[in-house]
Amino acid sequence: MPDTAAHRAITWALRLIVIGYLSFLVIWLVALVAAKTFAGGLAPVINALRQPEVIFAFELTLSAAFWAVVINTIFGVGISLLLVRYTFPGRRALNAMVDLPLSISPVVVGLALVLVYSGRTGWLGQSLEQAGFQVIYAPPGIILATAFVSLPLVIREVVPVLTEIGTEQEQAARSLGASSLQTFGRITLPAIRWGLLYGVVLSLARSLGEFGAVKIVSGGVAMRTQTATLLVEERYQQFGLQNSITAYTAAFILALIAVLALIIITSLRPGKGASQ
Amino acid sequence: MTVDSQQLAPAPAAGAVTTGGGRRDRQRLPRAKRATSLTPISGLGLGIALTWFSLLVLIPLTAVLVQASMGGWSAYWDALTSPQTLAALKLTVGQAVLVTAVNIVMGTVIAWVLVRDQFAGKQLLEVVIDIPFALPTIVAGLVLLSLYGPSSPLGVNWANTRVAVFLAFLFVTLPFIVRTVQPVLLELEQEVEEAAASLGASRLTTFRLVILPSLAPAIASGAALSFCRAISEYGSLVLLSGNLPYSTEVASVRIMSSIEGDHLTEAAAVASILLVVALIVIITLDLISRRVARYA
Repeated sequence: MPDTAAHRAITWALRLIVIGYLSFLVIWLVALVAAKTFAGGLAPVINALRQPEVIFAFELTLSAAFWAVVINTIFGVGISLLLVRYTFPGRRALNAMVDLPLSISPVVVGLALVLVYSGRTGWLGQSLEQAGFQVIYAPPGIILATAFVSLPLVIREVVPVLTEIGTEQEQAARSLGASSLQTFGRITLPAIRWGLLYGVVLSLARSLGEFGAVKIVSGGVAMRTQTATLLVEERYQQFGLQNSITAYTAAFILALIAVLALIIITSLRPGKGASQ
Repeated sequence: MTVDSQQLAPAPAAGAVTTGGGRRDRQRLPRAKRATSLTPISGLGLGIALTWFSLLVLIPLTAVLVQASMGGWSAYWDALTSPQTLAALKLTVGQAVLVTAVNIVMGTVIAWVLVRDQFAGKQLLEVVIDIPFALPTIVAGLVLLSLYGPSSPLGVNWANTRVAVFLAFLFVTLPFIVRTVQPVLLELEQEVEEAAASLGASRLTTFRLVILPSLAPAIASGAALSFCRAISEYGSLVLLSGNLPYSTEVASVRIMSSIEGDHLTEAAAVASILLVVALIVIITLDLISRRVARYA
């Protein structure tokens, strides 16, 4: 295309529109979390982090996210292998269905889990409760809700990679006498490791930040089932400067983790110079 | 969905992942000739995976539909057409349509600039695009409130108004169209545009007749996802919209208050609508990707 003055003017105009729009909508917002958190200096932030409720909320969030990610990683790799490497009736339906959790409102997710796993009225929850296993208003419910909302993330990263690498190397390994476990460990896993890593980082970020679904299934009792996001909501709605700072401090940590996760993914992505 | 031209590289945004990744593999899955039929071990694996998927996703979602039908058809209809629910649904769909329209324009412009323009700091914008996806929604709500609420540095107070609902939707849906359009734009061959230009087409004509038709399926996928995300949004609105019935109460907040009031059948009725919309979106995306695959 000829590099005319008009062309350059349009390029500049679009560039400025995009930068302005993103600054207004996103950059300013993220900067504000930090500004609000440290508005009163460092002391109130440290006070906030010393509160047992805050420590408990982050511990609970981390452990629920950890288990959700472990479950989703194993399930995700398994489903991806099945979807890409095998044919079976209902494969297309399953392929579409695994995306469903990303399109469903967290509130609907919470309601759905309560209807099945509530100890009082749930389809399966009543028998589970009689067996001494409480799901709703307890950590297992939080793990279920978290696993539900982040379920497709690993699959959506691994499936394209598996499709791309094909089966030649795997078949070669098999023909040379490797067992299926050896083939997976030596050939498949190293080939999908980056895709898998992004999926895991994304799942972790999504899991730590889940709010709506967890709010319904956990009950949000401080020191028992209150996760970090629930703590942010509760503290913000209480009066007093320290409560507000505590809410912002927890929000700041959550935002920091989210941004770090994105930076890790963006910088690790192989061949990122390709689009330049 | 890839930000890079390399298909191996996945994108940071999972929303994007759904469309891009999903689109790509979906268009290949039915053609995968190397796929084999199930062996006993993989069959067992499929059984375990399906059991878990059913316990986690399918049975609970079915429970929502069953619960919604608990009171019979008339109770279902009454729950949906109660003035408060109707107002919530209208607000949600109206704002979601509005936000999706803005995203169709802005998302395409952003994707265009990210692909075709070169400037310092572009890499930073790549990260910024995905922030709405990774940032916990309650954190988004908290800062949206401090930016546009009673103590706004802009001197506005949009808390508890419909503007707040619009802004929250606009924030959480930002990545979708950008991340669906970007890879298509990357793979678009500029020679075609140059040919059009050399044949005397103006820039606008080239864009309208050459570029836009190639981007249309990606824009449609992104718009569907963006709409779906908007109508299901909850976390960023809890603090910001005030959740005033008939005024700023959206569908998911309506469901939440029904659950808290222990009106599970009512909650499930509204939830069933959101669920059906999500299903329609999933099926639409599948159809779009198949169409694209056929012409590719």
